[in-house]
Amino acid sequence: MPVVALFFLPLLIGSCRGIDHNETDQRVFPVISINYQHVQMPFEISLWILLASILKLGFHLVPHVSAVVPESCVLIVVGLLVGGLIRVLGEDPPVLDSQLFFLCLLPPIILDAGYFLPIRPFMENVGTILTFAVLGTLWSAFFMGVALYGACQLEGAELAGVDLLSCLLFGSIVSAVDPVAVLAVFQEIHINELLHILVFGESLLNDAVTVVLYHLFEEFVHRGEVTAGDVFLGVVCFFVVSVGGVLVGCVYGFLAAFTSRFTAHTRVIEPLFVFLYSYMAYLSAEVFHLSGIMALIACGVVMRPYVEANISHKSYTTIKYFLKMWSSVSETLIFIFLGVSTVAGPHAWNWTFVSLTLALCLLSRVLGVVGLTFIINKYRMVKLSGKDQFIVAYGGLRGAIAFSLAFLLSSESCAMKDLFLTAVITVIFFTVFVQGMTIRPLVDLLAVKKKKQSKFSVNEEIHTQFLEHLLTGIEDVCGHYGHHHWRDKHQRSKRTLNISKEREAEIRKMLRANLQKTRQRLRSYSRHTLLPDAEEDDWSETRLRKQRMEMERRMSHFLTVPANRPESPRRARLQTDLDGRAQKASVTFAEELEEHRD
Amino acid sequence: MGSFQSLPDDHQYRTLSQKTGFSLEQIGILHNRFKQLSQNEDTLRRDDLKTIQDLESNPIRSQIIEAFFDKRNFQKDATGSVQEIGFEEFLTVMSYFRAPAHQITEEQREEIRRAKLRFLFNMHDTDNDGTITLEEYRHVVEELLSRSGALGRETAKGIADAAMLEVASITVGPMAPDEFYEGITFEQFLKILKGVEIETRMHIRFLNMDTTVLCK
Repeated sequence: MPVVALFFLPLLIGSCRGIDHNETDQRVFPVISINYQHVQMPFEISLWILLASILKLGFHLVPHVSAVVPESCVLIVVGLLVGGLIRVLGEDPPVLDSQLFFLCLLPPIILDAGYFLPIRPFMENVGTILTFAVLGTLWSAFFMGVALYGACQLEGAELAGVDLLSCLLFGSIVSAVDPVAVLAVFQEIHINELLHILVFGESLLNDAVTVVLYHLFEEFVHRGEVTAGDVFLGVVCFFVVSVGGVLVGCVYGFLAAFTSRFTAHTRVIEPLFVFLYSYMAYLSAEVFHLSGIMALIACGVVMRPYVEANISHKSYTTIKYFLKMWSSVSETLIFIFLGVSTVAGPHAWNWTFVSLTLALCLLSRVLGVVGLTFIINKYRMVKLSGKDQFIVAYGGLRGAIAFSLAFLLSSESCAMKDLFLTAVITVIFFTVFVQGMTIRPLVDLLAVKKKKQSKFSVNEEIHTQFLEHLLTGIEDVCGHYGHHHWRDKHQRSKRTLNISKEREAEIRKMLRANLQKTRQRLRSYSRHTLLPDAEEDDWSETRLRKQRMEMERRMSHFLTVPANRPESPRRARLQTDLDGRAQKASVTFAEELEEHRD
Repeated sequence: MGSFQSLPDDHQYRTLSQKTGFSLEQIGILHNRFKQLSQNEDTLRRDDLKTIQDLESNPIRSQIIEAFFDKRNFQKDATGSVQEIGFEEFLTVMSYFRAPAHQITEEQREEIRRAKLRFLFNMHDTDNDGTITLEEYRHVVEELLSRSGALGRETAKGIADAAMLEVASITVGPMAPDEFYEGITFEQFLKILKGVEIETRMHIRFLNMDTTVLCK
């Protein structure tokens, strides 16, 4: 396999490191010389990324595999293989460096998720999402910590060294649902929008809780004891971390929006601003131990409507493609490294602890979801059914964030680090492999509603719009400021603040020039696939011509154009006029609705 | 939340509650609102609704107001429109926006869906002939898109044409060259909106707590 050969290359070259050019007497001019150290670092990084990309290609070329096994599983297995290979060759397999993970690999994925977050479903369900994220994670962490501690005390002496605080720390590490894993698995099962946004939103927002709990318990473990005042400070810390993170994100988001106003003459670097401001938001939040993920999401969400109104269409495409590319590569690398690190890392296997962790993880998730849904359903318009609850509970996958947090634990303060690491890896493997692979057949078995495949027809769009305005109006008549009222107000303020008329016309003209791009914009939130090929076929020339002919025929039916049979030049002109207008109109309309929709 | 002179007795509330499905507290709150809008009179007129400030910027304002005075929405099999309505009619119109109960059968769900779609249909079918003609549809589209301002009448017309075309192709299928498409009937309307979950989307949250103090 060429992949394996690629891997032999750096090792081969690495062994040549020792070659010295110190024969100063008879020094012939070196026509060819090898100096690997010079490029070692970038070379190895590029090689890893190349490996990841080639694997992605290969994965999709083998249709049988991709239908059954989610991509993340295959990647972990590959990582295991690569790690095994490296170990067999006598080298030390690299471990997923937490620094690398948190600073380089995670941000693109989160930014991609945040920038293309479907705002409407998110906002409509924000109460539910927050409940699951905050209360669910808290419940999981405490339940697991206490239960593990209790179970450890009951067992033999080997586990007696595990004290309550360490257990709670472990609980907080392993209880957070991971956005990377959720994205990777849910993207392939095309579940309906509500469930997708619930699980995904939860995985994003629970970062604040995880950060606080992790630092809290780490501090306590270090110190050895905790007082009531500390607990109170912990609660305060949670609010600071989450709200602070969001604020930092918003600040940078507004900065980016403001900057994008002036980029009319330097279009080429527009995407750079988006990326840089977002990354700075993430890093700035991390400086103060605030939630970097929430900062990144807030930045993306705030920035998007303003930036998109101001930047050129090409820059928009660039941003979209770059984000998708980076996040895709990052995700692949993360899973591969996870596999490699499993082979590499020091392991301390303890049957009781690991199996207990696994069982308690599942149990706490199920209990948490069921219990919280019971409370949430009292306040929801559209209740969550049992099937929905099952999917939400089953979709609570753990991933690389848990692993990195466990890895970050310092060995002196936490003697159980190896044990924890092993347990975390087991949980991750279980959730990704077992739950990831079985969720697709389960979704089919339970007949859970899938994502709406077809795009809205023009009529559905019209009536949906109509409905929105109607609901807002009725809310106004009723006199209470509900959901629709605030959305409407927000939309109006957005319009008055930013989008100038000539900018609108410019965008519309550009879009009119290419019908295809309009269709793309209507569904810009799709994970790594930008457009299925069927779309391109839709707008092939022959189909367009056929549609045009059909349209002409239909137009005459209800527009009371006298049915003069063809061949008359006047009629021909009228036809092209009509269909040109309708075509133009549908493009404009589509673009219009896109603006209206959010 | 002022005190008003004549408090309707509980019995009246109960019959209304049975008829429309609202809870007693919700009816109380809506009654307060009714009194506030009608300036403590027993009937509501169009002008009273026109005074609502937030409604000004709504593109389909006139249609919403009309819907309250449309006899077809009073569930009494009458047609035409009235000049003023009482609290019962107000509540009946509001009841179209209740969320369906959690545990209902398929037939009930279908019933609710039909009722809500009928309400929407009546809003479009202004001349009450049972079909939405091209003119009426054009009117709807123009109203909707008049928000952005820059959209001309030509484009709106084109969009309405395209929309009608789509309805024709979905509902009637291929037509003979001399057939004439009259307009969208209610059954066709149901068909084209099959993909939209009206029964869950067309609802607003009716509170059990009075917030009429908060609005001007």
